Amino acid sequence: MTEATHQAVAPNTPELATLRPLVTIVEEESGFTLTAELPGVPKENVRVQVENNVLTLEGEIRLQTPEQMKSTHAEIGSAKYKRAFTLSRELDSTKIEASQRDGVLTLHIPKAEHAQPRKIEVQIG
Amino acid sequence: MYNTLFNFSDDLFSELEQWQRQLVGRNIVSNIRPVARGSFPAINLGSTPSSVEVYAFVPGVEAKSLDIQIDKNLLTLQGERTLALPKEDNKLTVYAQERFSGKFKRVITLPDDVDVSKVNASYKDGVLHISIQRREEAQPKRIEIQ
Repeated sequence: MTEATHQAVAPNTPELATLRPLVTIVEEESGFTLTAELPGVPKENVRVQVENNVLTLEGEIRLQTPEQMKSTHAEIGSAKYKRAFTLSRELDSTKIEASQRDGVLTLHIPKAEHAQPRKIEVQIG
Repeated sequence: MYNTLFNFSDDLFSELEQWQRQLVGRNIVSNIRPVARGSFPAINLGSTPSSVEVYAFVPGVEAKSLDIQIDKNLLTLQGERTLALPKEDNKLTVYAQERFSGKFKRVITLPDDVDVSKVNASYKDGVLHISIQRREEAQPKRIEIQ
């Protein structure tokens, strides 16, 4: 077995496009939870990066493929995933937690402490 | 007059056309079991002289919940993925839910020469890999000249 991913996912095509991972985004008081599907991407091939308030997720597929394998049908037509999100100001991008399991990337993006909701008491006087 | 202004479009359009041709040209003959674009799970197939390789992209699915059956030359993959989505209330908002949730089933036609008794399945990083050997008499043989 070799790791000729190219043959398994992108037969005879130059790397034209990247795949857009499907996501679920949930917001809670403490922050956001983003789950992204990156099937075929081992943990070490996932890249999560924040630059200029833009969160970018990238991953490269690695599959076990036998030697001499020719692709006959491909619904996953590229070996790379990429998707970017604009973060809003109240999020603390220095404290993002990431984990990858069974091809699913889970990110927790906390809100900065000063941005967490406070209940404001109305004084009657 | 505006030649320089519009010159770039020539290249752009030919490039677009080329992309389109590549996209449309991929699957001209339709399958008798067609699948909608974006069906879950996505499947890639590969072939070697001695085996058929099936890759099903099933992220976040427990391997033991997958049911794989081969009947003659039809491979059926079934399973269920339940996403435990939190309930929306005034403290929680769901902004995007693109991930598939529920029962799924895909049927794949295998070549006639597969040996259904020689199947290997493994699950790694959200990809189910099924390798099915071809029957020995169907494999190419080199004939030595005496």
